[in-house]
Amino acid sequence: MSEKLLYTKEHEWVLVKGNIVRVGISDYAQNELGDIVFVDLPSVGDVVEEGEGFAVLESVKAVSDVYAPVSGKIVAVNEALDDSPELVNESPLEQGWIAEIEIDGPAQTGDLMNEQEYAEYLKGV
Amino acid sequence: MTKRAAVPLIFERSTPGRRGYRLPELDVPETPLEELIPQEYLRTDAPELPEVSELEVVRHYTQLSRLNHGVDVGFYPLGSCTMKYNPRVHEDVVSLPGLRAIHPYQPEETVQGALELMYNLGEYLAAISGLSKASLQPAAGAHGELAGLMVIKRYHNHRGEGHRTEMIVPDSAHGTNPASCAMVGYKVVEVPSDERGGVDVGALKKLVGPNTAGLMLTNPNTLGLFDENICRIANIVHEAGGLLYYDGANANAIMGIVRPGDTGFDVVHFNLHKTFSTPHGGGGPGAGPIVVSKELAPFLPGPVVEKEGDQYRFVMPEHSIGRLRSFYGNFLVYAKAYAYILSHGPKGLREVSETAVLHANYMMNRLKDVFELPYDRICMHEFVLSGSGLKEYGVRTLDLAKRLSDFGYHAPTVYFPLVVEEAIMIEPTETEPKSTLDEFIEVMKQIAQEAKDNPEMLTTAPHHTPVRRVDEARAARHPVLRWQKEQ
Repeated sequence: MSEKLLYTKEHEWVLVKGNIVRVGISDYAQNELGDIVFVDLPSVGDVVEEGEGFAVLESVKAVSDVYAPVSGKIVAVNEALDDSPELVNESPLEQGWIAEIEIDGPAQTGDLMNEQEYAEYLKGV
Repeated sequence: MTKRAAVPLIFERSTPGRRGYRLPELDVPETPLEELIPQEYLRTDAPELPEVSELEVVRHYTQLSRLNHGVDVGFYPLGSCTMKYNPRVHEDVVSLPGLRAIHPYQPEETVQGALELMYNLGEYLAAISGLSKASLQPAAGAHGELAGLMVIKRYHNHRGEGHRTEMIVPDSAHGTNPASCAMVGYKVVEVPSDERGGVDVGALKKLVGPNTAGLMLTNPNTLGLFDENICRIANIVHEAGGLLYYDGANANAIMGIVRPGDTGFDVVHFNLHKTFSTPHGGGGPGAGPIVVSKELAPFLPGPVVEKEGDQYRFVMPEHSIGRLRSFYGNFLVYAKAYAYILSHGPKGLREVSETAVLHANYMMNRLKDVFELPYDRICMHEFVLSGSGLKEYGVRTLDLAKRLSDFGYHAPTVYFPLVVEEAIMIEPTETEPKSTLDEFIEVMKQIAQEAKDNPEMLTTAPHHTPVRRVDEARAARHPVLRWQKEQ
C-alpha cells in the first residue's frame, strides 16, 4: 500500500482513490512529534482549502497542525483516533490515517513527492 | 543516592475514627442544615475525607515537599521562566501588619500606605519600561497579554477602526501569544524568523496592512536573541496603523539598559514572578502588570491608583476595559516586587540584567562545542542549544532532560522554541554563583559523553529520583485525576 503514497513537504501523505484523497502523516513526522496523546479531528462536511490546517495533533512535546494537501470537502474521519491516538504512532501509514477529502476535479498531485523523492527530501531536512 | 518509596496518598493513610481536632460541645441552638442551604445543594452521602491526626498531616505534606525541586533546593535553568532566587527579605516585608492585616473593603483613607505602594510600583514599572501608566490588575503573564490585547482592541474600536483584527506573531513566540490573540477574537498572522533568529523584516512588510491591529514581540525573543531591527519593525507596524505589544517574559535581560517604550512598544507586560523575583507557583500567586503609552492609558483595566495632592485613591480609567481581577489583584506580590526594586535601585537592577546576560553567554560559549548552537551570536539572558546531534545514538533531548534529574538539577525548557529542532533552552539567571554554572556545564558534558558510550543510561533515566521515568503519553491519554476508594 505504502508505495502508492505521495508526500507533502509538511510530512503528510496522501492516497488518491478517484476523487477521494486519504490523508495521514509520515513515519518521520510521527517519530518527530513523539507520542501522540490527542487528535483534534475535523467534522465530516467541513470544507478545507489546500495549505490550511484541518486537524491538530497533540503530542507530549508539541501541538501541530495537519495541513490539507488538497482543497475539498471532508467526507470521512478516522474516529478510531478519538480513543486510540496512539494509532498515529503505531501505524502512521495505515490505521493511523486522519481524514478523507473529496475533491471537485482530478487531484493535482504534481507537487507531491513519491516514496523515493520523499526519502531524498528527508535527507536534507 | 538511595531510592525512596513514593509517598502514599493522604487518603491511604486514613484510619477510621482518627481525628486532628475534637470540637467542643455545641452551646448555641442548632439550626438544621436544610434551613441554611437549599435541599438541592446538600449532599446525601458523607464525604470520604481522610481521617488522620494533625501530626500525620504535617508529616505527609512535609514529605511531599521534600520530593519537590525548587530554586531553594538546586539549580533551575528553565529557559524563559527566570527561576531566580526569591530574597527572604521579601517575606519580612509582607509580614508587616500594615500590609498583611489589611482588608480590601477598608476605606481608602485607612489604607493610604498600601495605595502608595501600588502607585509607586506602577510608576517604577513605567520608568523601567519607558511608558506612561501601569495597571497592576492582571494576575499572571498570560493574563497581562490578554489585558494588553483588550486595551489595543478597545483603542482601535474607539477610533472607529474595529476592522483591525489581525495580530502578527513571530514563529518563535511563546505559545501564550497566539492563544491570547484567539481569546480576544483576533486572527493570528505568523511572521517567520530570519537567519539571525529575529523577525524577518521583508516578510513583515508584506504582512502588515489596513487590518493590522498590531504585533506581539518578545525582545529578547525566545531564542535569547535581541532583535536588532526592533526600531525598523516598530516603524513598519506603526506606519500600517498597528500597535506594538511587548511580551515581558524576557525582561530580565534588559532592565536599566533598554526601555521597550523607547524602541516603539506601546504596551508592555511584566511577570513580577520572573523579573522581579516574587515566587513562582507554590510560593504564591503571580502578577502580570501592564504598562501602556499615554494614548492607551484611558483604556487600562482598573481600578488603578491615582495621586491627588498627598492622597491616593482608586480610579477607573475613562474608557477602561473594566476589571480583570477581584479586588485589587495579588497585593502581597506587589509588595515583594516593590521591595525588590527598592532594595536594588536603578543601578542594581541594571547589574541584575548585566549579570544574567553574562552568565548565559558564559554557559553558551562553554557548551557550544558539546551541543549544536543553531544561532551562534551573543545571546541575552538565555540561549537555545539543539540536541539533534544525540539522535545518531538513539537519544533525544527528552532523555537528556530526564538524566539531568539524576544530578539534582531541574531540566532546562525542552522542545521550545519550536523553530529549533530538539531544543534545549537554558536560562541560568543572575543569582547563581559561577561554581554552579561550572558544575552544570561539566554534567552536561558528562551526559553528552554517556549518550555516545552508554545511551541506555539516558533513555532509561532518571535512575536516582523518588519516581523513575513516568509514562507521559499514558498519563496524557488516560489521566487519573482523583483518588477513588477501592471497592
